[in-house]
Formats: sequence, C-alpha cells, structure tokens
Amino acid sequence: MIEIQNLTKEYGRIKAVDNISFNVGKGEILGFLGPNGAGKSTTMNILTGFISSTSGVVKVGGVDILENPVEVKKHIGYLPEHPPLYLDMTVKEYLDFCADLKGVPQNKWKSQKKDIMELVKITHVSHRLIKNLSKGYKQRVGLAQALVGSPEVLILDEPTVGLDPKQIIEIRNLIKALGKNHTIILSSHILPEVSAVCDRVVIINKGKIAAIDTPDNLSKALTDFSRFTVTVAGPENKVKDIISNIYGVKYLETGAKIKDDEYSYIVEADKNVDVRKPMFNQLAQQGFPILELKSLNLSLEEIFLQLTTSEKKEAM
Amino acid sequence: MLAIMRRDFRSYFNSPIAYVLIGLFMLLLGLFFNSLIGYGISDIMSEFVASMSSLLLIIIPILTMRSMAEDKKNGTEVLLLTSPARVTEIVLGKFLASFCVFLVMTAASLIFPLITIMAGKPDIMLIISSYLGYILIGAVFVSLGIFASSLTENQIVAAIISLVSIFLIQNIGYLASFFSGFLNKAFLWLSIMDRYNDFNKGIIDLTSIMFMISYAAVFIVLTVRVIEHKRWSQG
Repeated sequence: MIEIQNLTKEYGRIKAVDNISFNVGKGEILGFLGPNGAGKSTTMNILTGFISSTSGVVKVGGVDILENPVEVKKHIGYLPEHPPLYLDMTVKEYLDFCADLKGVPQNKWKSQKKDIMELVKITHVSHRLIKNLSKGYKQRVGLAQALVGSPEVLILDEPTVGLDPKQIIEIRNLIKALGKNHTIILSSHILPEVSAVCDRVVIINKGKIAAIDTPDNLSKALTDFSRFTVTVAGPENKVKDIISNIYGVKYLETGAKIKDDEYSYIVEADKNVDVRKPMFNQLAQQGFPILELKSLNLSLEEIFLQLTTSEKKEAM
Repeated sequence: MLAIMRRDFRSYFNSPIAYVLIGLFMLLLGLFFNSLIGYGISDIMSEFVASMSSLLLIIIPILTMRSMAEDKKNGTEVLLLTSPARVTEIVLGKFLASFCVFLVMTAASLIFPLITIMAGKPDIMLIISSYLGYILIGAVFVSLGIFASSLTENQIVAAIISLVSIFLIQNIGYLASFFSGFLNKAFLWLSIMDRYNDFNKGIIDLTSIMFMISYAAVFIVLTVRVIEHKRWSQG
C-alpha cells in the first residue's frame, strides 16, 4: 500500500531522514518508533505531502506523491503531532468543514459523520466549541478529522500523547479496530503502546532505520543469551559458587536479598545450553532449594535502548 | 476552495473582528460624510469614495492579518496542505473570504450614496464608477494583505507589513516625482492610485480594470509561491 524508497530529507547540512526504505502492506499497522528528534514526524510529514523530500520516492497505492499529490492526499488521513483544530468552531462545524475540504459527497457525509463521532465517542460534545474541550477530547476530534472520508491510509503521529491512561487504552483499542480495514502508520516513543498495537515495528534513530520486524521477532533476534532470575534459599557465597560453575553460565549477579540466606540472582547463560536442569540438580544436592525461576525476555524498551545506543557507538 | 472561503468568512463573524471593523468603518464614514456635506462640494460622492479608499490603509491590514498567519500558528496549515486541495485553491479561498468581508463593508457604506440620491440629484454613473474603482483597489490591497500574512506567523508583523506596503503603493506616484527618466516612468507605471483616480473622475477604462486585476493576481501568485517554497525548503 505504501512504498518508501531511499527517502532523504536534509535541512541544510543536517539529515533529518537519511535514506530510509520500507513498505507497508494493506491492512497492516506499522509502528514507527524512535527517540525524540529521530525523524519520525519529518517522515510522516513527507508521507502526507505536507513537506517535500530532498530525494527518494514515496508511493501510496502505487501513485507517486510528487507526481500526483492531489490523488495521493485523497487516500490519506493524517493526525499530526498537534491536532490541526480550528478552536473557534464547534466539533460539528469543524468536521463538516473537513468533509467539505476533502470533497466528501454530501449524501454520504451525513451517515459517515454520525459513525465517526460515535466511533471516537465525541457525539455528546458535538455542539461545543473546540476551544473549550479538554486535551483528550481535542485529540479525539483530531482523530475524527483523520477519519473523515474514510481514507485507506491513516497516518497518526503520537496519537495518545497527553491522554490519561484510560483514554490511552481506548484510543489504542480504537486504532486496533481501525486496523481491520485501514492501513495505519503510527508513531510513538511509548514502547508498550507499539508492541500492544502494531503488527510490525520500524525503529528509527538519527534519521536511519535501526531495525524493522515484528515486536516478537525483534526481542528474539536481539537476545543472544537467555536471561532469568532465580531465587534460592541458602548462603549467598555458596549458591553463587555453584551457579557460576555450571557449564554455560556467562554472567551472575546478586539481585535482591529477600531475607536471611534467601537471595534472588540474575543469571545470563548461553542461548544453546539449557542451564536450568543442572542448576536445579546441583542446588538440590547441596540442599539449597530453588524458590522461584523466571525467565527475563528482553522487552521492547531494552531493545530500543540497545539499538539506539549501539548506533551511537558506531557513529563514534 | 469554497470550503475554505466559507470557513474563513464565517470565522470573521464568529470573532468580534468583523463587527469591530465594520463599526469603525461606518463611524469614520459617517464623520467624513457629515463634513463633506458641510463643504458643499458638487461631486460629493466621488470625494466620499476617495476618502473611503484612504481608510483602507488601516482597514485592510486588520482584515487580512490573520488569514494565513493564524493557520500557521495553530498548525491548521497542516490540515489544509495535506487535504486534496491545491495550494492555489487554498490561497484563493482565503483571498475570497477576506474580499467578501470587504464587500460586506462596501455594501454597508452604500447607505451614504442612497442618502445622497434621496436628497439630491448626484451623477449616478459617477457613483458607480467610483465604487468600481474602490472595489478593484480593495481587491489589490486584500491580496497584498494575504501575501503579507503568508510571510509570517505573527499577525501583528503581518499587519505592519501590509500597512507599510499599502502606504507605499498609495504614495508611489508621489515618490516618482523625486526621480526623472526611467525610474520616474517605472514608479508611475507601478502607481495604482493614478489609475484609481480615473475611476473617481468617472473614467472606466478596460486597461485600468485589467491592470488592477493583474495587480491582485500577482500577489496571489506570490503567496502561492511563498507557501510552495516553504514546503520545499524547510517544512
């Protein structure tokens, strides 16, 4: 649905977006992840035709955005970082204006307006001036604006920013539901959000793509060791001795003291060796029972940090 | 284009700006009218319309200052530029909205010619010709104001730019007298007021009409250029 090839945007000498390429399939929800200033908003602004790229190709539904911007824009709904609202209008007037601007036929608009307002739950504020709405409702009106004309592609720049936790969950569920018949690109710097909602994640750092994959694969690919915590009853030095002598254990650290002679340890071991069985046997032999064993998967957050910081090292 | 025009036009009347401007305009016109009657001039109406056009120096900058600048400041520019509307349509929509408010003000001012017609026997063709000139010069100034508004996101700066520019245009003929030869000719050619004064004398010249319309069109094209340029350079 969306093809991006070698996209670059330069601001003078600074490369805000540096030669990125990726595709988004129809009906896919793609997460766009990166620290502040990584180039997320710039990329989205280019995709929607708000700014132009320095070089590279963007195609939406097979149409080049530079060759036929008007056609492309018809298929895109965009919620920018700051929702583009006219504060002096009521919600209803504003949505009517958006429909008018996007050329939605009058007869279709009436029922669509009702659907959209119900979907984002703003029906009860439709007669209020946007200026008097809370941040959360403004965000919803912004989202409603993106849905006007039911475009095939939705581009949402940090859609949950500034919302309270309950609203965040609501908006996330809404995005998931919309993903069934829309192609969505969603940017965020909140990681759980991306892993909860998206089919695929693009991690971007300093204008470059650091990784593209599904959230699950990303966490698998990046762990070249298995990692778990184990809580054992027994004196710290003896237990440590036993664990560290097991074949495959690469790293051992005392995590927390739970009570006297009861500690939790963080163990990292070779991925190809299952160290849990020998650990259990040997500790049991010595009379130090394992009270808890929990594997620690690398969270998206850690992957994100790992990717974005290893990039830094390369640059140096 | 029409969507933007309707929205902007309504927005003028949703805020006090249109009412304040019309009120101020009418008040000043009333004072002018009153003093003109006192002078006992024969072609009172063309005098009157001429003083109306000098008021545009203040009225137009206030009218147009928010047109583009406000969209930029509020971020609603993104909405317009990512919609399927072309930049030219956006600018024309904005221009037409401001121009329509200007026309509403012009319509309100028609009460003075009506009074004159009821009380005496003015040259009606002269009134029509003066008003035509006035509307054309209004179109030029409005497009100039829109252009100024597209240069900045600060409304006050936009108002000052258009105020200074309108002042220069109104006085460029006077500036021309300081020069001779080519510069004098160039300034006189640029001078819109000379052509405007023709209308006030009852001369309706097609070249003058075309000149005024092209003048306005130049500023609209420039505004489109400014917006396009920003998209390419900075965003």
